Amino acid sequence: MSDSMKRHLASAALIIGFFLAWEAFCWIGHVSSFVLPRPSEIFTTLVKRLPAIMPHALQTLYTTMVGFLLGIVLGVLMGMLVGSSRLAYDVAYPMLIGFSSIPKVAVVPILVLWFSAGTVPAILTALSMCVFPIIVNVATGLATTEPELEDVMRCLRASKLDILWNVGLPRAMPYFFASLKVSITLAFVGSVISETVASNRGIGNLMMIASSSFDVPLMFAGLFVLAFLGVALYAIFSLIEGRVTGWAHRGTDLPMG
Amino acid sequence: MNASALAPGLLREEALVELENVSVAYNGGGKTVTALAETSIRIAPGDFVALVGPSGCGKSTILKLVTGLIRASSGFVFVSGREVGAEPMRVGMAFQNPTLLPWLTIRDNVMLPLKIVPPFRGEFRAKRNTEFRDRADALLSQVGLAGFGERFPWQLSGGMLQRASLCRALVHDPQLLMLDEPFGALDQFTREELWAIMQELWMTRKPTVLLVTHDLKEAAFLANRICVMQARPGRIIDDSAAPFARPRTIEMSYTPEFVALTQRLRDLIFAARGAA
Repeated sequence: MSDSMKRHLASAALIIGFFLAWEAFCWIGHVSSFVLPRPSEIFTTLVKRLPAIMPHALQTLYTTMVGFLLGIVLGVLMGMLVGSSRLAYDVAYPMLIGFSSIPKVAVVPILVLWFSAGTVPAILTALSMCVFPIIVNVATGLATTEPELEDVMRCLRASKLDILWNVGLPRAMPYFFASLKVSITLAFVGSVISETVASNRGIGNLMMIASSSFDVPLMFAGLFVLAFLGVALYAIFSLIEGRVTGWAHRGTDLPMG
Repeated sequence: MNASALAPGLLREEALVELENVSVAYNGGGKTVTALAETSIRIAPGDFVALVGPSGCGKSTILKLVTGLIRASSGFVFVSGREVGAEPMRVGMAFQNPTLLPWLTIRDNVMLPLKIVPPFRGEFRAKRNTEFRDRADALLSQVGLAGFGERFPWQLSGGMLQRASLCRALVHDPQLLMLDEPFGALDQFTREELWAIMQELWMTRKPTVLLVTHDLKEAAFLANRICVMQARPGRIIDDSAAPFARPRTIEMSYTPEFVALTQRLRDLIFAARGAA
């Protein structure tokens, strides 16, 4: 059995073990399902009420993905701007930190005021959550490009655009993908926050409704759906990352003498 | 021996590269530092010139001037009779580090100049899998890297990377080849191997070469003409010929004439250091 295979099996065993321990804990301690439902209970709820959960899940997925894609576009453009020179990087950085440290929950009421409750605030909250890691990472990737690599291009009389396209952006790719994996989970957080505060659709809204009727298993089912969506999207981007930036993760291959 | 290094008998019109009273100064820590004092040099097309000297003598500054990476504080830099930058000239450059792009295969790295430099760049899309690919592969096999085109830089050793870097510097048939201590970071055996390869590349393709090195044996082995530089302020203090028959071999580097030349260069550099 290969090493990576073993690691995958161990990860799976850890997850299954976690649920088994949870189940056992509730069973032995006679924990009421109003406090902490058993995983088996949550799964049955999930399956039984899937038709009701599905539209909410799709809504959350939709707002998250739209916010995330807009975040990528805006993040890459801003990142290119900020990372284009050392000066721009130093000048823009404090303001970026300022913006990114505002708790996004506090922004939702303003967004609702502007765009009314529903899909638009959810998309914008997702966007505002996920855009900063992308900007910072793309900018860092560009700003830390080795000057020697740029010299190679400059003595070929390459234009700024040539250098950006052939050296800067490929060089920033590992940074970009690292930020995507962080950003996609943040985008979910943004969507769900906004849905909890002001929406009549989405997993966040579902959780609020379930909470007001003490439907604890349904709340946990909502959490499971979110976790599943998050993991699935993370996996997709990891896969793309491996394809695109394999050169930056070459740990085990030894160079030839 | 001609301290002004104007290459005896070489007219301005005949020179591919000419520096006329060029100096370079920059601000370092509040005061002006002279990297290169009033320097003049003419280089004939197809010549192989080495610049030797201690570190900090402005060797690399001259290379950067000629490629247009930096500007002269005073004086003029002419390339093919025009001021540098006025007309696009094909320049190839190899550095002490191989500086290959880690996300490209060796072949794609070698083809990089073809993607950037006119007139090749217009045809790059059409010919990248045919003519240009063959051109890169031909160069790679000339330096002993046949079959390594599909590999990535991190899969190759330092010496192999440096060979690939030479291929990249030559693939677009540059009129001028700049070598900035390209063999400096290699071990002795690999270095001597690459000297022979470099000599062969020069003999078959005849680019004009400007080599910066602090290895006197390397300069005498490869170059036709050796300019000795002194540090602080950087300037050329000697210009001598290395009139050995080609192809040169490592064995030749133990002949009395060869040893006498390197010995003389060494004395010049030491004398200049003592005087400074």
